[in-house]
Amino acid sequence: MGMTMTQKILAAHAGLKEVKAGQFIEADLDIVLGNDVTTPVAINEFKRMGAKGVFDKKKVVIVPDHFTPNKDIKAAEQCKRIREFAVSEDIENYFEVGQMGIEHVLLPEKGIVTAGDLVIGADSHTCTYGALGAFSTGIGSTDMAAGMARGKAWFKVPTAIKFDLRGEMTKWVSGKDVILHIIGMLGVDGALYKSMEFMGEGLKNLTMDDRLAMANMAIEAGAKNGIFMVDDKTIAFLKEAGDKPYTVYAPDPDADYDETYIIELGKIRPTVSFPHLPDNTRIIDEVGDVKIDQVVIGSCTNGRMEDMRIAASILKGRQVAKNLRVIIFPGTQKVYLQCINEGLARIFVEAGAVFSTPTCGPCLGGHMGILAAGERAIATTNRNFVGRMGHPESEVYLSSPAVAAASALTGKISNPELL
Amino acid sequence: MLNKGKAFKYGDNVDTDVIIPARYLNTSDHAELAKHCMEDIDADFVNNVRCGDIIVATKNFGCGSSREHAPIAIKASGISCVIASTFARIFYRNAFNTGLPILECDEAAARIEAGDEVEVNFATGEIRNITKNETYQAEPFPEFIQKIINCDGLVNYVKENI
Ligand code: SF4
Repeated sequence: MGMTMTQKILAAHAGLKEVKAGQFIEADLDIVLGNDVTTPVAINEFKRMGAKGVFDKKKVVIVPDHFTPNKDIKAAEQCKRIREFAVSEDIENYFEVGQMGIEHVLLPEKGIVTAGDLVIGADSHTCTYGALGAFSTGIGSTDMAAGMARGKAWFKVPTAIKFDLRGEMTKWVSGKDVILHIIGMLGVDGALYKSMEFMGEGLKNLTMDDRLAMANMAIEAGAKNGIFMVDDKTIAFLKEAGDKPYTVYAPDPDADYDETYIIELGKIRPTVSFPHLPDNTRIIDEVGDVKIDQVVIGSCTNGRMEDMRIAASILKGRQVAKNLRVIIFPGTQKVYLQCINEGLARIFVEAGAVFSTPTCGPCLGGHMGILAAGERAIATTNRNFVGRMGHPESEVYLSSPAVAAASALTGKISNPELL
Repeated sequence: MLNKGKAFKYGDNVDTDVIIPARYLNTSDHAELAKHCMEDIDADFVNNVRCGDIIVATKNFGCGSSREHAPIAIKASGISCVIASTFARIFYRNAFNTGLPILECDEAAARIEAGDEVEVNFATGEIRNITKNETYQAEPFPEFIQKIINCDGLVNYVKENI
Protein backbone atom coordinates (compact mmCIF):
# COMPACT_ATOMS: atom_id res chain seq x y z
CA MET A 1 0.00 0.00 0.00
CA GLY A 2 1.32 3.44 -0.92
CA MET A 3 1.81 6.35 1.45
CA THR A 4 0.16 9.77 1.76
CA MET A 5 2.25 12.97 1.71
CA THR A 6 2.15 13.07 5.52
CA GLN A 7 3.17 9.42 5.87
CA LYS A 8 6.12 9.96 3.52
CA ILE A 9 7.44 12.91 5.53
CA LEU A 10 7.03 10.97 8.79
CA ALA A 11 8.79 7.91 7.36
CA ALA A 12 11.70 10.00 6.08
CA HIS A 13 12.17 11.65 9.47
CA ALA A 14 11.94 8.35 11.34
CA GLY A 15 14.61 6.82 9.11
CA LEU A 16 12.10 4.27 7.80
CA LYS A 17 11.36 3.16 4.28
CA GLU A 18 7.71 2.85 5.03
CA VAL A 19 5.18 3.64 7.76
CA LYS A 20 1.61 2.46 8.19
CA ALA A 21 -1.41 4.23 9.68
CA GLY A 22 -1.59 3.51 13.41
CA GLN A 23 2.12 2.81 13.77
CA PHE A 24 4.06 4.63 16.50
CA ILE A 25 7.32 6.21 15.45
CA GLU A 26 9.95 8.51 16.82
CA ALA A 27 10.94 11.17 14.31
CA ASP A 28 13.63 13.84 13.98
CA LEU A 29 12.43 17.42 14.19
CA ASP A 30 13.40 20.26 11.88
CA ILE A 31 11.75 22.99 13.95
CA VAL A 32 10.43 23.20 17.54
CA LEU A 33 8.29 26.30 18.12
CA GLY A 34 6.89 28.01 21.19
CA ASN A 35 5.23 31.32 22.11
CA ASP A 36 5.03 33.51 25.21
CA VAL A 37 2.17 31.46 26.72
CA THR A 38 3.44 27.91 26.20
CA THR A 39 7.22 28.36 26.39
CA PRO A 40 7.41 29.28 30.12
CA VAL A 41 5.72 25.94 31.00
CA ALA A 42 8.02 24.09 28.59
CA ILE A 43 11.09 25.71 30.17
CA ASN A 44 10.03 24.25 33.57
CA GLU A 45 9.70 20.75 32.09
CA PHE A 46 12.95 21.20 30.16
CA LYS A 47 14.74 21.91 33.45
CA ARG A 48 13.01 18.96 35.18
CA MET A 49 14.26 16.70 32.39
CA GLY A 50 17.76 17.66 33.35
CA ALA A 51 18.46 18.87 29.81
CA LYS A 52 21.89 20.39 29.41
CA GLY A 53 20.87 22.59 26.51
CA VAL A 54 18.67 22.73 23.40
CA PHE A 55 19.44 20.16 20.72
CA ASP A 56 20.08 22.79 18.06
CA LYS A 57 19.97 26.53 18.63
CA LYS A 58 19.00 27.10 14.98
CA LYS A 59 16.01 24.77 15.14
CA VAL A 60 14.28 26.11 18.24
CA VAL A 61 12.06 29.10 17.46
CA ILE A 62 10.50 31.32 20.12
CA VAL A 63 8.05 34.08 19.25
CA PRO A 64 6.47 36.25 21.95
CA ASP A 65 3.27 37.20 20.14
CA HIS A 66 0.22 36.49 22.29
CA PHE A 67 0.34 39.18 24.98
CA THR A 68 2.96 41.44 23.41
CA PRO A 69 3.85 44.29 23.46
CA ASN A 70 3.47 43.19 27.11
CA LYS A 71 -0.11 43.86 28.08
CA ASP A 72 0.40 43.65 31.86
CA ILE A 73 2.92 42.71 34.54
CA LYS A 74 2.19 38.98 34.33
CA ALA A 75 2.77 39.02 30.57
CA ALA A 76 5.95 41.02 31.05
CA GLU A 77 7.25 38.45 33.49
CA GLN A 78 6.48 35.54 31.17
CA CYS A 79 8.24 37.32 28.32
CA LYS A 80 11.20 38.08 30.55
CA ARG A 81 11.56 34.37 31.35
CA ILE A 82 11.57 33.31 27.72
CA ARG A 83 13.91 36.14 26.72
CA GLU A 84 16.39 35.04 29.42
CA PHE A 85 16.08 31.45 28.22
CA ALA A 86 16.59 32.51 24.58
CA VAL A 87 19.70 34.47 25.56
CA SER A 88 21.20 31.75 27.75
CA GLU A 89 20.53 29.07 25.13
CA ASP A 90 21.69 31.37 22.34
CA ILE A 91 18.47 30.75 20.37
CA GLU A 92 18.99 32.16 16.90
CA ASN A 93 15.32 32.48 16.01
CA TYR A 94 14.02 34.45 18.97
CA PHE A 95 12.05 37.43 17.70
CA GLU A 96 11.74 40.45 19.96
CA VAL A 97 8.89 42.95 19.75
CA GLY A 98 9.74 45.25 16.86
CA GLN A 99 11.08 42.39 14.75
CA MET A 100 8.43 39.79 15.43
CA GLY A 101 5.03 39.00 14.12
CA ILE A 102 2.34 36.42 14.72
CA GLU A 103 4.34 33.16 14.75
CA HIS A 104 2.43 31.41 11.95
CA VAL A 105 2.74 34.39 9.61
CA LEU A 106 6.36 35.00 10.57
CA LEU A 107 7.92 31.55 10.10
CA PRO A 108 6.90 31.04 6.44
CA GLU A 109 7.82 34.66 5.62
CA LYS A 110 11.32 34.27 7.13
CA GLY A 111 11.92 31.00 5.29
CA ILE A 112 12.33 29.15 8.60
CA VAL A 113 9.99 26.36 7.50
CA THR A 114 10.18 24.72 4.09
CA ALA A 115 8.63 21.89 2.10
CA GLY A 116 9.32 18.43 3.53
CA ASP A 117 10.10 19.73 7.03
CA LEU A 118 8.77 18.13 10.19
CA VAL A 119 7.65 20.82 12.63
CA ILE A 120 6.08 20.73 16.09
CA GLY A 121 4.85 23.81 17.89
CA ALA A 122 3.33 24.39 21.30
CA ASP A 123 0.45 26.21 19.66
CA SER A 124 -2.45 24.46 18.03
CA HIS A 125 -2.27 26.50 14.81
CA THR A 126 1.21 25.21 14.02
CA CYS A 127 -0.64 23.22 11.33
CA THR A 128 -0.40 26.39 9.16
CA TYR A 129 2.93 25.34 7.57
CA GLY A 130 1.25 22.44 5.82
CA ALA A 131 0.53 25.05 3.13
CA LEU A 132 4.25 24.85 2.25
CA GLY A 133 4.23 21.06 1.95
CA ALA A 134 5.61 20.48 5.47
CA PHE A 135 4.27 18.14 8.15
CA SER A 136 3.46 20.49 10.99
CA THR A 137 1.36 19.95 14.10
CA GLY A 138 0.44 21.44 17.47
CA ILE A 139 1.55 19.73 20.68
CA GLY A 140 1.65 20.39 24.45
CA SER A 141 4.36 22.06 26.52
CA THR A 142 5.96 18.76 27.66
CA ASP A 143 6.37 17.73 24.02
CA MET A 144 7.97 21.09 23.30
CA ALA A 145 10.39 20.57 26.21
CA ALA A 146 11.31 17.06 25.04
CA GLY A 147 11.65 18.33 21.47
CA MET A 148 14.00 21.11 22.57
CA ALA A 149 16.05 18.62 24.59
CA ARG A 150 16.32 15.77 22.12
CA GLY A 151 15.26 17.02 18.70
CA LYS A 152 12.79 14.15 18.52
CA ALA A 153 9.09 13.56 19.08
CA TRP A 154 6.85 10.52 18.99
CA PHE A 155 3.93 10.27 16.57
CA LYS A 156 1.13 7.90 15.74
CA VAL A 157 1.01 7.72 11.96
CA PRO A 158 -2.36 9.14 10.85
CA THR A 159 -4.76 8.12 8.11
CA ALA A 160 -5.89 10.90 5.79
CA ILE A 161 -8.77 12.58 4.03
CA LYS A 162 -8.14 13.80 0.50
CA PHE A 163 -9.55 17.05 -0.85
CA ASP A 164 -9.58 17.14 -4.61
CA LEU A 165 -9.83 20.84 -5.49
CA ARG A 166 -11.39 21.72 -8.84
CA GLY A 167 -12.08 24.92 -10.75
CA GLU A 168 -11.70 28.48 -9.63
CA MET A 169 -13.21 30.69 -6.93
CA THR A 170 -15.42 33.65 -7.80
CA LYS A 171 -14.24 37.21 -7.18
CA TRP A 172 -14.93 37.75 -3.46
CA VAL A 173 -14.33 34.18 -2.36
CA SER A 174 -10.98 33.27 -0.77
CA GLY A 175 -9.21 30.33 0.87
CA LYS A 176 -10.89 31.29 4.14
CA ASP A 177 -14.33 30.67 2.65
CA VAL A 178 -13.16 27.32 1.27
CA ILE A 179 -11.91 26.12 4.65
CA LEU A 180 -14.98 27.40 6.52
CA HIS A 181 -17.10 25.53 3.98
CA ILE A 182 -15.07 22.33 4.56
CA ILE A 183 -15.24 22.63 8.37
CA GLY A 184 -18.98 23.20 8.13
CA MET A 185 -19.21 20.01 6.07
CA LEU A 186 -16.94 17.82 8.28
CA GLY A 187 -17.77 19.15 11.76
CA VAL A 188 -15.28 20.07 14.49
CA ASP A 189 -14.19 16.43 14.99
CA GLY A 190 -14.68 15.36 11.37
CA ALA A 191 -10.96 14.92 10.73
CA LEU A 192 -9.96 13.73 14.24
CA TYR A 193 -6.42 12.20 14.26
CA LYS A 194 -6.30 12.48 10.48
CA SER A 195 -4.35 14.43 7.92
CA MET A 196 -6.23 16.69 5.55
CA GLU A 197 -4.39 16.53 2.22
CA PHE A 198 -5.18 19.11 -0.43
CA MET A 199 -4.46 18.59 -4.10
CA GLY A 200 -6.09 18.63 -7.51
CA GLU A 201 -6.31 20.69 -10.64
CA GLY A 202 -7.86 23.66 -8.79
CA LEU A 203 -4.82 24.04 -6.53
CA LYS A 204 -3.14 26.32 -9.07
CA ASN A 205 -5.94 28.82 -8.58
CA LEU A 206 -5.22 29.20 -4.87
CA THR A 207 -2.60 31.76 -3.85
CA MET A 208 -0.10 30.91 -1.11
CA ASP A 209 -2.03 33.21 1.24
CA ASP A 210 -5.22 31.24 0.47
CA ARG A 211 -3.44 27.97 1.26
CA LEU A 212 -1.89 29.29 4.49
CA ALA A 213 -5.33 30.39 5.70
CA MET A 214 -6.75 26.95 4.88
CA ALA A 215 -3.98 24.88 6.49
CA ASN A 216 -4.22 27.16 9.54
CA MET A 217 -7.75 25.96 10.26
CA ALA A 218 -7.20 22.19 9.80
CA ILE A 219 -7.15 21.90 13.61
CA GLU A 220 -10.66 23.37 13.67
CA ALA A 221 -11.84 20.11 12.06
CA GLY A 222 -9.86 18.14 14.68
CA ALA A 223 -7.11 17.22 12.21
CA LYS A 224 -3.56 16.36 13.16
CA ASN A 225 -2.28 18.32 10.18
CA GLY A 226 -3.32 19.86 6.89
CA ILE A 227 -0.94 19.63 3.98
CA PHE A 228 -0.88 20.92 0.40
CA MET A 229 0.73 19.38 -2.61
CA VAL A 230 3.79 21.42 -3.61
CA ASP A 231 3.54 23.20 -6.99
CA ASP A 232 5.25 26.05 -8.86
CA LYS A 233 3.62 28.64 -6.63
CA THR A 234 4.98 26.90 -3.52
CA ILE A 235 8.48 26.74 -4.95
CA ALA A 236 8.41 30.42 -5.95
CA PHE A 237 7.25 31.33 -2.43
CA LEU A 238 9.96 29.23 -0.75
CA LYS A 239 12.69 30.70 -2.97
CA GLU A 240 11.60 34.22 -2.19
CA ALA A 241 11.51 33.54 1.55
CA GLY A 242 14.97 32.03 1.84
CA ASP A 243 17.40 29.42 0.69
CA LYS A 244 16.61 26.54 3.03
CA PRO A 245 16.83 23.29 1.01
CA TYR A 246 13.42 21.71 0.49
CA THR A 247 12.13 18.26 -0.38
CA VAL A 248 8.91 17.64 -2.25
CA TYR A 249 6.78 14.67 -1.19
CA ALA A 250 3.85 13.71 -3.41
CA PRO A 251 1.40 10.98 -2.40
CA ASP A 252 1.88 7.55 -3.95
CA PRO A 253 -0.67 6.78 -6.69
CA ASP A 254 -2.05 3.97 -4.51
CA ALA A 255 -1.98 5.95 -1.25
CA ASP A 256 -4.82 4.96 1.03
CA TYR A 257 -7.30 7.75 1.87
CA ASP A 258 -10.20 7.18 4.28
CA GLU A 259 -12.34 9.48 2.18
CA THR A 260 -12.05 11.76 -0.84
CA TYR A 261 -14.02 14.97 -1.20
CA ILE A 262 -14.28 16.82 -4.48
CA ILE A 263 -14.39 20.54 -3.80
CA GLU A 264 -15.78 22.64 -6.64
CA LEU A 265 -14.15 25.98 -5.87
CA GLY A 266 -16.47 27.85 -8.24
CA LYS A 267 -19.53 26.82 -6.21
CA ILE A 268 -18.27 28.10 -2.86
CA ARG A 269 -20.04 31.18 -1.54
CA PRO A 270 -18.64 33.69 0.97
CA THR A 271 -19.13 31.81 4.24
CA VAL A 272 -19.56 32.90 7.87
CA SER A 273 -19.24 30.79 11.06
CA PHE A 274 -21.85 31.74 13.61
CA PRO A 275 -21.21 31.46 17.37
CA HIS A 276 -19.90 29.37 19.08
CA LEU A 277 -18.19 26.75 16.91
CA PRO A 278 -16.30 27.08 13.62
CA ASP A 279 -18.49 24.37 12.05
CA ASN A 280 -21.66 26.44 12.58
CA THR A 281 -21.42 27.89 9.08
CA ARG A 282 -23.87 29.74 6.86
CA ILE A 283 -23.36 31.11 3.37
CA ILE A 284 -23.54 34.90 3.11
CA ASP A 285 -26.90 34.71 1.33
CA GLU A 286 -28.44 33.13 4.45
CA VAL A 287 -26.84 35.27 7.15
CA GLY A 288 -29.81 37.57 7.72
CA ASP A 289 -29.59 40.78 9.68
CA VAL A 290 -26.67 40.60 12.13
CA LYS A 291 -25.66 43.93 13.64
CA ILE A 292 -22.07 44.15 14.85
CA ASP A 293 -20.04 46.28 17.28
CA GLN A 294 -16.53 45.43 16.14
CA VAL A 295 -14.63 44.24 13.07
CA VAL A 296 -11.27 42.51 13.42
CA ILE A 297 -9.09 41.93 10.36
CA GLY A 298 -5.80 40.09 10.83
CA SER A 299 -4.44 37.06 12.82
CA CYS A 300 -2.46 33.99 11.79
CA THR A 301 -5.37 33.05 9.52
CA ASN A 302 -5.78 36.30 7.58
CA GLY A 303 -3.01 38.74 8.50
CA ARG A 304 -1.04 38.47 5.28
CA MET A 305 -0.47 40.96 2.47
CA GLU A 306 -3.27 39.73 0.26
CA ASP A 307 -5.72 39.99 3.16
CA MET A 308 -4.64 43.59 3.75
CA ARG A 309 -5.02 44.41 0.05
CA ILE A 310 -8.52 42.94 -0.14
CA ALA A 311 -9.58 44.89 2.96
CA ALA A 312 -8.06 48.10 1.57
CA SER A 313 -9.71 47.67 -1.82
CA ILE A 314 -13.09 47.68 -0.08
CA LEU A 315 -12.34 50.45 2.44
CA LYS A 316 -10.63 52.78 -0.02
CA GLY A 317 -12.24 56.22 -0.09
CA ARG A 318 -15.05 55.05 2.19
CA GLN A 319 -15.84 55.44 5.88
CA VAL A 320 -16.45 52.76 8.48
CA ALA A 321 -20.00 52.75 9.84
CA LYS A 322 -20.90 55.06 12.70
CA ASN A 323 -20.36 53.71 16.25
CA LEU A 324 -18.39 50.73 14.96
CA ARG A 325 -14.80 49.81 15.95
CA VAL A 326 -12.66 48.44 13.15
CA ILE A 327 -9.28 46.96 14.16
CA ILE A 328 -6.77 45.87 11.54
CA PHE A 329 -3.65 44.04 12.66
CA PRO A 330 -1.08 42.88 10.10
CA GLY A 331 0.72 39.59 10.77
CA THR A 332 4.32 40.79 10.78
CA GLN A 333 6.54 43.85 10.64
CA LYS A 334 7.13 43.12 6.96
CA VAL A 335 3.41 43.13 6.18
CA TYR A 336 3.08 46.29 8.28
CA LEU A 337 5.80 48.08 6.33
CA GLN A 338 4.41 46.96 3.01
CA CYS A 339 0.99 48.31 4.02
CA ILE A 340 2.70 51.67 4.56
CA ASN A 341 4.62 51.50 1.28
CA GLU A 342 1.58 50.54 -0.77
CA GLY A 343 -0.54 53.26 0.81
CA LEU A 344 -2.85 50.79 2.57
CA ALA A 345 -2.08 52.15 6.02
CA ARG A 346 -3.37 55.55 4.90
CA ILE A 347 -6.53 53.99 3.46
CA PHE A 348 -7.23 52.22 6.76
CA VAL A 349 -6.64 55.26 8.92
CA GLU A 350 -8.58 57.60 6.64
CA ALA A 351 -11.50 55.15 6.63
CA GLY A 352 -11.57 55.40 10.45
CA ALA A 353 -9.96 52.06 11.38
CA VAL A 354 -7.29 51.21 13.97
CA PHE A 355 -4.07 49.99 12.32
CA SER A 356 -2.09 48.07 14.94
CA THR A 357 1.38 46.65 15.38
CA PRO A 358 1.55 42.84 14.84
CA THR A 359 0.22 40.86 17.85
CA CYS A 360 -2.25 38.04 18.57
CA GLY A 361 -4.03 40.58 20.79
CA PRO A 362 -7.75 40.58 20.00
CA CYS A 363 -7.82 37.09 18.42
CA LEU A 364 -7.69 35.33 21.79
CA GLY A 365 -9.28 38.11 23.80
CA GLY A 366 -5.85 39.09 25.08
CA HIS A 367 -5.77 42.83 24.54
CA MET A 368 -6.21 45.47 21.78
CA GLY A 369 -9.95 45.01 21.33
CA ILE A 370 -11.82 42.99 23.97
CA LEU A 371 -15.60 42.62 23.73
CA ALA A 372 -18.07 43.59 26.47
CA ALA A 373 -21.10 41.48 27.46
CA GLY A 374 -23.63 41.36 24.64
CA GLU A 375 -21.25 42.72 22.00
CA ARG A 376 -20.72 41.11 18.63
CA ALA A 377 -17.67 41.02 16.39
CA ILE A 378 -17.01 39.76 12.93
CA ALA A 379 -13.40 38.58 12.72
CA THR A 380 -11.07 37.02 10.19
CA THR A 381 -9.62 34.87 13.00
CA ASN A 382 -10.11 31.11 13.43
CA ARG A 383 -12.04 30.43 16.66
CA ASN A 384 -15.39 31.66 17.87
CA PHE A 385 -15.66 29.66 21.11
CA VAL A 386 -17.60 31.10 24.05
CA GLY A 387 -15.67 34.11 25.41
CA ARG A 388 -12.89 33.82 22.83
CA MET A 389 -12.68 37.58 22.28
CA GLY A 390 -13.75 38.79 25.69
CA HIS A 391 -16.86 38.49 27.86
CA PRO A 392 -18.50 35.02 27.93
CA GLU A 393 -21.70 36.69 26.72
CA SER A 394 -20.07 38.26 23.67
CA GLU A 395 -20.22 36.71 20.19
CA VAL A 396 -17.69 36.16 17.43
CA TYR A 397 -18.55 35.51 13.78
CA LEU A 398 -15.75 34.22 11.54
CA SER A 399 -15.33 35.33 7.94
CA SER A 400 -12.93 36.27 5.15
CA PRO A 401 -11.30 39.73 4.99
CA ALA A 402 -13.67 40.70 2.17
CA VAL A 403 -16.82 39.99 4.21
CA ALA A 404 -15.29 41.64 7.31
CA ALA A 405 -14.34 44.78 5.35
CA ALA A 406 -17.78 44.97 3.70
CA SER A 407 -19.32 44.66 7.15
CA ALA A 408 -17.10 47.49 8.40
CA LEU A 409 -18.88 49.85 6.01
CA THR A 410 -22.42 48.89 6.99
CA GLY A 411 -22.21 47.90 10.67
CA LYS A 412 -23.83 44.54 9.96
CA ILE A 413 -22.58 41.33 8.37
CA SER A 414 -22.52 42.17 4.67
CA ASN A 415 -21.87 40.63 1.29
CA PRO A 416 -18.92 42.25 -0.55
CA GLU A 417 -20.55 41.33 -3.87
CA LEU A 418 -23.35 43.80 -3.19
CA LEU A 419 -21.23 46.88 -2.41
CA MET B 1 0.74 -5.06 34.40
CA LEU B 2 -2.76 -5.76 35.74
CA ASN B 3 -5.06 -3.21 37.20
CA LYS B 4 -8.49 -3.58 38.81
CA GLY B 5 -11.02 -0.90 39.69
CA LYS B 6 -14.54 0.45 39.48
CA ALA B 7 -15.74 2.28 36.35
CA PHE B 8 -16.93 5.88 36.12
CA LYS B 9 -18.93 6.33 32.91
CA TYR B 10 -19.32 9.46 30.76
CA GLY B 11 -20.56 10.26 27.23
CA ASP B 12 -19.26 12.01 24.08
CA ASN B 13 -16.98 15.08 23.87
CA VAL B 14 -15.88 15.31 27.52
CA ASP B 15 -13.76 18.48 27.12
CA THR B 16 -10.71 19.58 29.06
CA ASP B 17 -12.74 22.43 30.57
CA VAL B 18 -14.96 20.02 32.48
CA ILE B 19 -12.03 17.74 33.34
CA ILE B 20 -10.28 20.66 35.02
CA PRO B 21 -11.99 24.07 34.82
CA ALA B 22 -9.88 27.05 33.75
CA ARG B 23 -10.48 28.74 37.12
CA TYR B 24 -8.10 26.22 38.74
CA LEU B 25 -5.28 26.62 36.23
CA ASN B 26 -3.41 29.10 38.41
CA THR B 27 -1.72 26.10 40.03
CA SER B 28 0.19 23.19 38.61
CA ASP B 29 0.26 21.35 41.94
CA HIS B 30 -0.99 17.83 41.17
CA ALA B 31 -2.85 17.22 44.45
CA GLU B 32 -4.53 20.62 44.21
CA LEU B 33 -5.68 19.91 40.64
CA ALA B 34 -6.97 16.47 41.66
CA LYS B 35 -9.34 18.10 44.15
CA HIS B 36 -11.28 19.66 41.26
CA CYS B 37 -11.07 16.84 38.74
CA MET B 38 -14.32 16.36 36.75
CA GLU B 39 -15.99 18.95 39.00
CA ASP B 40 -18.20 20.48 36.31
CA ILE B 41 -19.48 17.17 34.93
CA ASP B 42 -19.62 15.03 38.09
CA ALA B 43 -19.46 16.90 41.39
CA ASP B 44 -19.27 13.65 43.40
CA PHE B 45 -16.37 12.23 41.43
CA VAL B 46 -13.62 13.32 43.83
CA ASN B 47 -15.50 11.91 46.84
CA ASN B 48 -16.15 8.55 45.24
CA VAL B 49 -12.98 7.83 43.30
CA ARG B 50 -10.60 5.23 44.74
CA CYS B 51 -7.06 4.53 43.73
CA GLY B 52 -7.07 2.22 40.69
CA ASP B 53 -10.51 3.19 39.40
CA ILE B 54 -11.16 3.64 35.68
CA ILE B 55 -12.89 6.28 33.57
CA VAL B 56 -14.87 5.02 30.58
CA ALA B 57 -16.30 7.39 27.97
CA THR B 58 -17.51 7.32 24.36
CA LYS B 59 -16.13 9.55 21.58
CA ASN B 60 -13.70 12.51 21.44
CA PHE B 61 -12.64 12.40 25.12
CA GLY B 62 -10.44 15.36 26.10
CA CYS B 63 -11.41 17.73 23.30
CA GLY B 64 -10.86 21.50 23.54
CA SER B 65 -7.87 23.33 24.96
CA SER B 66 -4.45 21.66 24.96
CA ARG B 67 -3.92 22.10 28.72
CA GLU B 68 -1.78 19.36 30.22
CA HIS B 69 -3.47 19.97 33.55
CA ALA B 70 -6.31 17.68 32.37
CA PRO B 71 -4.50 14.32 32.26
CA ILE B 72 -2.47 15.38 35.31
CA ALA B 73 -5.65 15.99 37.34
CA ILE B 74 -7.16 12.65 36.28
CA LYS B 75 -4.02 10.75 37.16
CA ALA B 76 -3.55 12.53 40.48
CA SER B 77 -7.18 11.75 41.43
CA GLY B 78 -6.24 8.06 41.53
CA ILE B 79 -7.63 6.99 38.15
CA SER B 80 -5.41 4.26 36.69
CA CYS B 81 -6.67 4.31 33.12
CA VAL B 82 -9.13 5.99 30.77
CA ILE B 83 -10.94 3.89 28.17
CA ALA B 84 -12.85 5.60 25.33
CA SER B 85 -13.88 4.92 21.75
CA THR B 86 -11.77 7.91 20.64
CA PHE B 87 -9.64 10.64 22.21
CA ALA B 88 -9.02 14.19 20.93
CA ARG B 89 -5.49 14.12 19.62
CA ILE B 90 -3.69 16.68 21.78
CA PHE B 91 -5.19 15.05 24.91
CA TYR B 92 -4.06 11.68 23.58
CA ARG B 93 -0.45 12.88 23.41
CA ASN B 94 -0.59 14.76 26.68
CA ALA B 95 -1.96 11.67 28.49
CA PHE B 96 0.98 9.49 27.53
CA ASN B 97 3.43 12.33 28.05
CA THR B 98 2.21 12.90 31.60
CA GLY B 99 2.09 9.14 32.31
CA LEU B 100 -1.67 8.49 32.21
CA PRO B 101 -2.49 5.20 30.45
CA ILE B 102 -5.39 5.42 27.98
CA LEU B 103 -6.96 2.75 25.78
CA GLU B 104 -9.23 2.99 22.76
CA CYS B 105 -11.88 0.30 22.57
CA ASP B 106 -15.36 0.75 21.04
CA GLU B 107 -16.80 -2.36 22.63
CA ALA B 108 -15.59 -1.56 26.13
CA ALA B 109 -16.82 2.03 25.74
CA ALA B 110 -20.27 0.76 24.75
CA ARG B 111 -20.64 -2.14 27.21
CA ILE B 112 -19.08 -0.99 30.47
CA GLU B 113 -21.52 0.75 32.80
CA ALA B 114 -20.96 2.95 35.81
CA GLY B 115 -19.93 0.90 38.82
CA ASP B 116 -18.81 -2.18 36.86
CA GLU B 117 -15.71 -3.87 38.24
CA VAL B 118 -13.11 -3.83 35.46
CA GLU B 119 -9.67 -5.38 35.12
CA VAL B 120 -7.22 -4.04 32.53
CA ASN B 121 -4.10 -5.76 31.31
CA PHE B 122 -1.86 -3.05 29.89
CA ALA B 123 0.56 -5.55 28.38
CA THR B 124 -2.06 -7.31 26.25
CA GLY B 125 -4.78 -4.65 25.95
CA GLU B 126 -7.31 -7.09 27.38
CA ILE B 127 -10.17 -5.47 29.30
CA ARG B 128 -12.17 -7.80 31.58
CA ASN B 129 -15.57 -6.72 32.86
CA ILE B 130 -15.80 -8.79 36.07
CA THR B 131 -19.35 -7.62 36.87
CA LYS B 132 -20.71 -8.64 33.47
CA ASN B 133 -18.28 -11.50 32.91
CA GLU B 134 -17.20 -10.17 29.49
CA THR B 135 -13.87 -9.42 27.86
CA TYR B 136 -13.03 -6.78 25.26
CA GLN B 137 -9.83 -6.40 23.32
CA ALA B 138 -8.07 -3.05 22.87
CA GLU B 139 -4.84 -2.61 20.95
CA PRO B 140 -2.06 -3.04 23.50
CA PHE B 141 0.34 -0.09 23.88
CA PRO B 142 3.17 -0.25 21.46
CA GLU B 143 6.52 -0.89 23.07
CA PHE B 144 7.58 2.72 22.77
CA ILE B 145 4.50 4.11 24.55
CA GLN B 146 4.85 1.39 27.19
CA LYS B 147 8.33 2.73 27.90
CA ILE B 148 7.02 6.27 28.41
CA ILE B 149 4.29 4.97 30.73
CA ASN B 150 6.78 2.84 32.65
CA CYS B 151 8.89 5.97 33.14
CA ASP B 152 5.77 7.73 34.50
CA GLY B 153 5.76 10.18 31.60
CA LEU B 154 7.93 11.87 29.03
CA VAL B 155 9.99 13.95 31.48
CA ASN B 156 11.54 10.87 33.09
CA TYR B 157 11.78 9.08 29.76
CA VAL B 158 13.84 11.93 28.35
CA LYS B 159 15.91 12.08 31.55
CA GLU B 160 16.94 8.49 30.94
CA ASN B 161 17.47 8.93 27.21
CA ILE B 162 19.13 12.30 26.96
S1 SF4 C 1 -3.44 34.93 15.98
FE1 SF4 C 1 -4.90 33.88 17.30
S2 SF4 C 1 -5.01 31.77 16.62
FE2 SF4 C 1 -3.18 32.72 15.71
S3 SF4 C 1 -1.52 32.17 17.09
FE3 SF4 C 1 -2.31 34.16 17.73
S4 SF4 C 1 -3.88 33.69 19.30
FE4 SF4 C 1 -3.44 31.79 18.19
